[in-house]
Amino acid sequence: MLLLAAQSPHDAIPDVALGKRIFASQCAVCHGEGGTGGRGPALTHAKLAKAPDEESLRKAIAQGIPPEMPGAWQLSVREVASVAKYVQGLGTVLPEKLPGDARRGAQVFGAKGCGGCHLVDGVGTARGPELTAIGAKRNGAHLRTSVIAPASHLPEDYLMLEVTTAAGRTVRGVRAAEDPFSVQLRDAGGALHSFRKGELKQWRHLAGESSMPSFAKQLSAGELEDLVAYLAGLRGNQ
Amino acid sequence: MKHPVAVLFLAGAALQAQVPYERIVNGHKEPGNWLTYSGNYAGHRYSGLPELTPANVGNLRVKWAYQFDLNRVETSPIVDGGVMYISAPNKAAALDTKTGRAIWNWERPIPADYQSIGFGRVNRGPAILDDKLYVATLDCYLVALDLKTGQQRWAAKVEDYKPGYSMTLAPLAIKGKVLVGVSGGEAGIRGFVDAYDAATGKRVWRFYAIPGPGEPGNETWAGDSWKTGGASTWVTGAYDPELNIVYWGIGNPGPDWNGDSRKGDNLYTCSFVALDGETGKLKWHFQFTPHDTHDWDATHVPLLVDTEVRGRMRKLIVNPNRNAFYYALDRTSGEFLAGQAYAKQTWAKGLDDKGRPILIPGMEPSEEGVLVWPSLNGATVWFSPSYSPQTKLVYVATREVGSTYFKREAQYKPGTFFAGGGETRIPEKEQWGAIRALEVASGKLAWEFRLVSPPWSGILSTAGGLVFSGSNEGNIFALDAKTGKPLWDFQGGGAVMANPISFAIEGKQHVAVAAGRTLYVFGQ
Ligand code: HEC
Ligand code: HEC
Repeated sequence: MLLLAAQSPHDAIPDVALGKRIFASQCAVCHGEGGTGGRGPALTHAKLAKAPDEESLRKAIAQGIPPEMPGAWQLSVREVASVAKYVQGLGTVLPEKLPGDARRGAQVFGAKGCGGCHLVDGVGTARGPELTAIGAKRNGAHLRTSVIAPASHLPEDYLMLEVTTAAGRTVRGVRAAEDPFSVQLRDAGGALHSFRKGELKQWRHLAGESSMPSFAKQLSAGELEDLVAYLAGLRGNQ
Repeated sequence: MKHPVAVLFLAGAALQAQVPYERIVNGHKEPGNWLTYSGNYAGHRYSGLPELTPANVGNLRVKWAYQFDLNRVETSPIVDGGVMYISAPNKAAALDTKTGRAIWNWERPIPADYQSIGFGRVNRGPAILDDKLYVATLDCYLVALDLKTGQQRWAAKVEDYKPGYSMTLAPLAIKGKVLVGVSGGEAGIRGFVDAYDAATGKRVWRFYAIPGPGEPGNETWAGDSWKTGGASTWVTGAYDPELNIVYWGIGNPGPDWNGDSRKGDNLYTCSFVALDGETGKLKWHFQFTPHDTHDWDATHVPLLVDTEVRGRMRKLIVNPNRNAFYYALDRTSGEFLAGQAYAKQTWAKGLDDKGRPILIPGMEPSEEGVLVWPSLNGATVWFSPSYSPQTKLVYVATREVGSTYFKREAQYKPGTFFAGGGETRIPEKEQWGAIRALEVASGKLAWEFRLVSPPWSGILSTAGGLVFSGSNEGNIFALDAKTGKPLWDFQGGGAVMANPISFAIEGKQHVAVAAGRTLYVFGQ
């Protein structure tokens, strides 16, 4: 019984300074120094969507949020509690302020044909990743880069492939699945292709390539900021 | 009462041992059965059945399947006389090999306060000897079951599970004894290998994998650190009946990633030990990773191989290690003969002439994190390698993953995580794996078959010239043992995290391996 009591999270007295050090070395790569966000969301909000209370926050830290957020299962109960305490403290920092106008951004999104590849609240074409809650996942700076230099920030599970069939036909597309014996990909038109690797002349991973075009040249500075503000405001199904 | 003679005859038959020790020693004479975890005592996971070959393996199809009520099946079955014996955490069953139907089931409740500290709730298989089946349980009991009915004959308490001792391995049954080791290397245990009397369950000997005060090797632990130094023993060992030596792999020191409190080499962690089968006394040891700080357990199935090295016949023990180096040692003395890296590693310049790693400075975990290959799961881990006496190649499922290692505080509290850090792996897209074939005496690469992701599957090689293994993506497959060329594959619908075996049903060769929650049996 004593042994179990020792395991209780309420027994562990958190140390914010320790939490800060762990965060800097283990979390900041994705959540930014001071939790301002990046590949992972900014954590500088009073209430976090997927970690609204202390218990869920500790759970998110220890077990992760698949597939993008790894669990820090090796941390001790006290260390998890310490990081959680530090993350909670970040909530008092003012959230990122974005210069753009989200309402105008929504119009840019429509005008530039983003919906031709992305689903938002069930509307659009599902070729690229769903953006319904993208603002809860990425911060403003990351979203800005995603629009002007898509290939520099690929989602964890996104990979382009090029295969050449025995007959010499080349197919490029986004990997839907791959194992040592077969590969499935979707081409630009969204059609699914499935190949046995043994029947291919070759297949290549196009690491670092994206099928999303850069919009750097098609957006004015103002349009870009509006678009980013719109994306940052997308926080889940209404 | 009318036929006293017949009654007596039946009673006498029931006393006859079904699987005497001699049958296991001479298992190569009956390749249709699979009588010990690795197929033979030498750890080879090699089947002498020649029927399946590169020419006909393409005909393999599922004959039957058995579903477990758990997601991760790691069991390596035992097969004897048309019955397959399987296990799961605190469970065992006997299946009719003709139909796959369960003929008995056994279960021991897992205590509500049991916790697995640092590993999954799994079981890797049972052991068979005489008229009993042996199962090691999570709550650290060794249980003997009646082969015919699954009824319990005896249960021996190996250790108290509350501070973190547990068992996930298949026991190793040798003459009159059943050997087990323990998990708990992340809970500050003091690991050991135990031998129990096969008939009664009484403990015959215990070898502590960390020497106590006054024993040689205790000085390789600073202060009292030996008391909570880990040295788990969670993978089944090998046995040389002629030398009567048991070979066992020892796990990592604890706390895993913070070695500050345990200055020294930390014997016998990350070592192979050679133990007298009769007494459990240490004959020799060889340490692969002195003062490990990356969780590179040497908990591997040792491969015992007799072969020529530089013109001389040698009795070898070889091992592709979690630390990414391959080792060939003399198994009579522990002398290091050869070694080289068989997977990417960034922590050692190489091995010196005694086999000790020549360290690259700055590769220990730190507060900020240090990127090192291989990751904490190593270049390979618990799943079995295989050795084919035909090709003289060692087959190993290899993981190509690097990790940023962190060092954290570590405070021992019984029954809690005592690890002192952890890792963040490189992105999944940059991880990969391979089935590699290595020359037995040197570890030199003969061929590789590339995998999309780092594997968790063991390997079986067969007399027909095949190698069987599996992938995380659910493929169960056969390669040409000489060239690595893929010959057959089947999508099993769940990651393969188990060791394949081969056996005969009514004289025809079959292969069994689990994927996800399903055990598949394939035949022509
Ligand atoms: C490899 C990148 C990565 C690392 C490392 C990482 N995270 Fe995350 N984290 C993410 C992503 C991406 C999400 C969003 C997941 C989602 O919503 O599906 C996330 C989500 C979260 C959330 C929920 C946020 C919300 O708004 O609900 C918390 C809290 C969190 N992370 C804390 C941490 C802490 C603390 C660490 C270090 C121990 C850490 N993360 C390490 C990528 C990462
Ligand atoms: C031709 C199809 C296509 C069009 C058009 C397109 N995208 Fe994308 N987008 C993708 C694909 C594919 C990805 C995933 C690969 C990547 O991140 O580059 C992606 C990724 C993104 C991401 C990052 C998602 C994440 O999980 O980090 C954002 C944000 C985004 N797009 C916004 C936009 C906006 C805004 C527009 C219009 C200006 C747009 N996209 C137009 C295909 C498209």
